[in-house]
Order: sequence, then structure tokens, then C-alpha cells
Amino acid sequence: MEYTDIVMENFTCPKHVGEMKDANGVGQVGNPTCGDIMKIFLKIDENDIIRDASFKTFGCGAAIASSSVATDMIIGKSIEEAANLRNSEVVDALGGLPTQKIHCSVLAAEAIQAAILDYKKNKKK
Amino acid sequence: MKRIYLDHAATTPIDPVVLEAMLPSLTGNYGNPSSIYAEGRAAKKSIEAARLQIANAINADLREIYFTASGSEADNWAIKGIAMKNQAKGKHIISTTIEHHAVLHTCQYLEKQGFEVTYLPVDEYGLISLDDLKKAIRKDTILVSIMFANNEIGTIEPIKAIGEIVKEKGIIFHTDAVQALGNIPVDVKDLNVDLLSLSAHKIYGPKGIGVLYIRKGVPIDNLIHGGAQERKKRAGTENTAEIVAFGKAAEFAIQHLEENAVHMKTLREVLIKGIMEKIPQVRLNGHPEIRLPGNANFCFDYIEGESILLSLDIIGVAGSSGSACTSGSLEPSHVLLAIGLPAGVAHGSLRLSIGKSTTLEEINYVVDNLAEIIERLRKMSPITAECPIDDAVFDKPDHH
Repeated sequence: MEYTDIVMENFTCPKHVGEMKDANGVGQVGNPTCGDIMKIFLKIDENDIIRDASFKTFGCGAAIASSSVATDMIIGKSIEEAANLRNSEVVDALGGLPTQKIHCSVLAAEAIQAAILDYKKNKKK
Repeated sequence: MKRIYLDHAATTPIDPVVLEAMLPSLTGNYGNPSSIYAEGRAAKKSIEAARLQIANAINADLREIYFTASGSEADNWAIKGIAMKNQAKGKHIISTTIEHHAVLHTCQYLEKQGFEVTYLPVDEYGLISLDDLKKAIRKDTILVSIMFANNEIGTIEPIKAIGEIVKEKGIIFHTDAVQALGNIPVDVKDLNVDLLSLSAHKIYGPKGIGVLYIRKGVPIDNLIHGGAQERKKRAGTENTAEIVAFGKAAEFAIQHLEENAVHMKTLREVLIKGIMEKIPQVRLNGHPEIRLPGNANFCFDYIEGESILLSLDIIGVAGSSGSACTSGSLEPSHVLLAIGLPAGVAHGSLRLSIGKSTTLEEINYVVDNLAEIIERLRKMSPITAECPIDDAVFDKPDHH
């Protein structure tokens, strides 16, 4: 199994790591039993545009790299667009993932969807 | 960048002495050992010399040594061969929950063929209980297969005591000693074992060559059928060069057993002490004393093993993990689960296995750099002592 240079870059120097104190949408998926937990923080403006995104991830190199590129890809996008981010786009952005690691990209897409759902719930209140 | 290899439990580099011994068999000594002419006789002679070296290394008779293509083949042969040959007597086998997959998956295969297998549990250190073993023995038990030393956590099982219990009951006893040879004394007569598996590449020999010791008179079926090689017990033209290499590696390992073990154990203690002192929220897996001299295995709470391995690899260090992410399955190591670790913790394991050439400088380098790696990964993790994802998963945050 070998990771691409882009995966390794995003693993060693991930973008947007850390908790976001003023996030208005937070999503978490995965569980420790399976070895992956991804938590995504979003700051969304009044026009439903994602102004900032960050992550905290418990997982392998691919999970951390997927979190890094996925958060990077959705900044500046509308929540509609971000919710439609496909895991294959994450894989492409990483220059590919080993087959057994594809689920990490799925997790990233799901974490973003969970965070957007959380934002929508908060908005309704 | 200089590499630091700390995965000797996975495999070892070929020792120059071993390479030198095997080269003539790769270049000139090409005859088929079954042939009657000079080239064949020369090959046969070198194989028999190697057989004697292996026999001497484990205090066996040379007619009890059978070469196989791997330790896994030796395990498969021992278990399937005994099961098939002795099934009229009974179809019950006893093994443990922490065996190498070569034993575990073979037992599972036999279960599908109508055999019954009792997998003995282990305590938090990875040790089986002799009482459990005595209770598990039935009238129809034909085989007990318990590993000598565990490949992941390094725990050494009480093989001699097991051998006494099993012998008294007249049951056949197999042990997978792949991790033991070259690290601790292995004496088949003293231990009362009937079958014992070995592998060359764990003792600075080449990959692709193993041995099954079969005590004289033990009734066993063949696994590999074909020609009359290995006294009609294991078919296939002999791998002359690797057999010669295995013989040399075994001889060399036994000659230096004591000094190598002391060296590895000294470094292991420096490594364990350094890591336990420098890094919070870490636990040592396996028994603190009854373990292989070169084995150290840790779990770091809140982070995952593969990301530790990648980070170590970047700074030049090779290690291994029981994390699911490194094995391609979703389950973390069955050994770490068997010693009672929650799955979430088992994912954060790191095994560093020291070899005879490992230096104190290398160990110090790892101790000095690991803390930073763990800290960086923990900062990225959504799980912390204050914010556990699932309390049940990190039930002992202060455990050391």
C-alpha cells in the first residue's frame, strides 16, 4: 500500500486542523471501534456560504489527509455545493487513495453533510 | 537519512555470515538433491549438514527436522496433519485466542470441516491459565497448539508446564516457536513438545524457508503430497540454498543467544522506560517481564496506529501496529482485543521490535522524537481526556 505525495503532504502539513470556537455547524462521524472519527467545524455566513472550515480527526494517514483536502475544498462554497461534495472528488484531490482507504474519503463527505445539517438545525431554533 | 529498523518481529535482515554460507548453493551447488550423481550428492550433503545444525539448535534428532517453505506451512502441516491422521480418536483441538493467523485461521478452517476448537483466553498480560487448559482437555482432544511467544506483545507462554500437562494426558502438543528461536532457549526435549514450527527469516536468515520439528513416532499426515523428499513426508525439490542458510542462521543464533538477548533486553528497557516517562496516556502491552527480549508494544490513547507509523517512517524509523488500518481489515489486532483492550485503544498500538544490531543511539533517537509525534497527532484528534467520544472506550485514562 502506498500513499500519493499529495496524501503525505496533507498528512504531514494538514490544512485547517483544530477546533473552531465560533463554528455554527459541527458534524462528527465514525467511531473509535472502526478506527476513524472525523469532526468537522464550519463557519457559515447569513448567505449560507462557508467562510471557514476546520477538522479534528482520529484516524489513519488517509483519514487525516481526506479531512484536510475536504475542508479546503468547501471553503467559499455554498452549503448546497458543499453538501453535494462527492467522496470521489476528495479522492481525486488527493491524487488517489488505496482501495481499502476509500472509506476515509466517504467519511469526510459525510462529516461535512453532518456539519451542514447541524447548522440548519441551529438556524431553525 | 539513516534508517532505524525496529520491526525485527516482522522480519530480519540476512546476516552476512548467513549470506556467505548460502551463496555457494545459489551459484555452484545446483544439483537436485534427489539425484544420484555427484552434483545431487553434494546438494544432499549440504542439506543434511543444515538439518543437523537445526536439530542441534533445538536439541532434537536430525531425523525429526522437516524443511517447509515457511513458518505458516509448518503450522498448517502440524495442525491439519495431526487432525487428519488422528480424527478417529477425536475431533477436539485446543488453542488460544492470541495465536498467529497461520494457526488461528487453520483452526477455523478445521472447524468448518467438523472439528471442534477451544480457544483458551488470556489474561491482561497475554498469558494463558494452566487451569483453563486442564479444564478444556476432553476425552476427544487430539491436539493442543499453543504459541511459544506472541509475535505482537512478546508474551512468553509457560510451554514447559503446558507440555507436562498435555503429555500426561497423552495428547499431541504443537507450539509455534517462530518468534522464540534465537531470542530464548528452545529445547524440545526439556519442553515436552511433539511438534514445533520455526522460520528462518526471523533469525537473520532468508524468507521462504521454515521447519517443522516432528517428534519421532508422532502420527501425522502429509500436507504437501508428491515426491519422496524429506523422508517421504514433505514433497517438493529442496530449496538447497535457503536450507543451508537456515542451518547457518540457527547455528549462529544459538552461539550468540545469550549475548544477543542481553543486548536486546537492555535496549528494550531503555525504550520502555523512556517512552513511559516522556509520554502521558500510554500503556505497555504484554507482560512486563515474561516477554521476548526485543519486544516493546504500546498503546497511545486518543490516536490511531497507522498515523504513528507514517510519522515514524518520515523520520526514518520502521515500526508496526495492530491497528486495523495497517492490516486492511476493519478489526484491530485480535491479540490486543484478547488482552482486554477496547477496540478504540487497540487501534492506537505501536510495536517496536529490537534486533541484535540495534544501537542505544537508535533507541534514544526514537524516545526523543516519539513524544513530539504523539503530541502532534493528539492535537489533531477529536478525542481527549476531557472530551472522550465514548467513556467506555477510554475507561482507564490514567492507566500506565
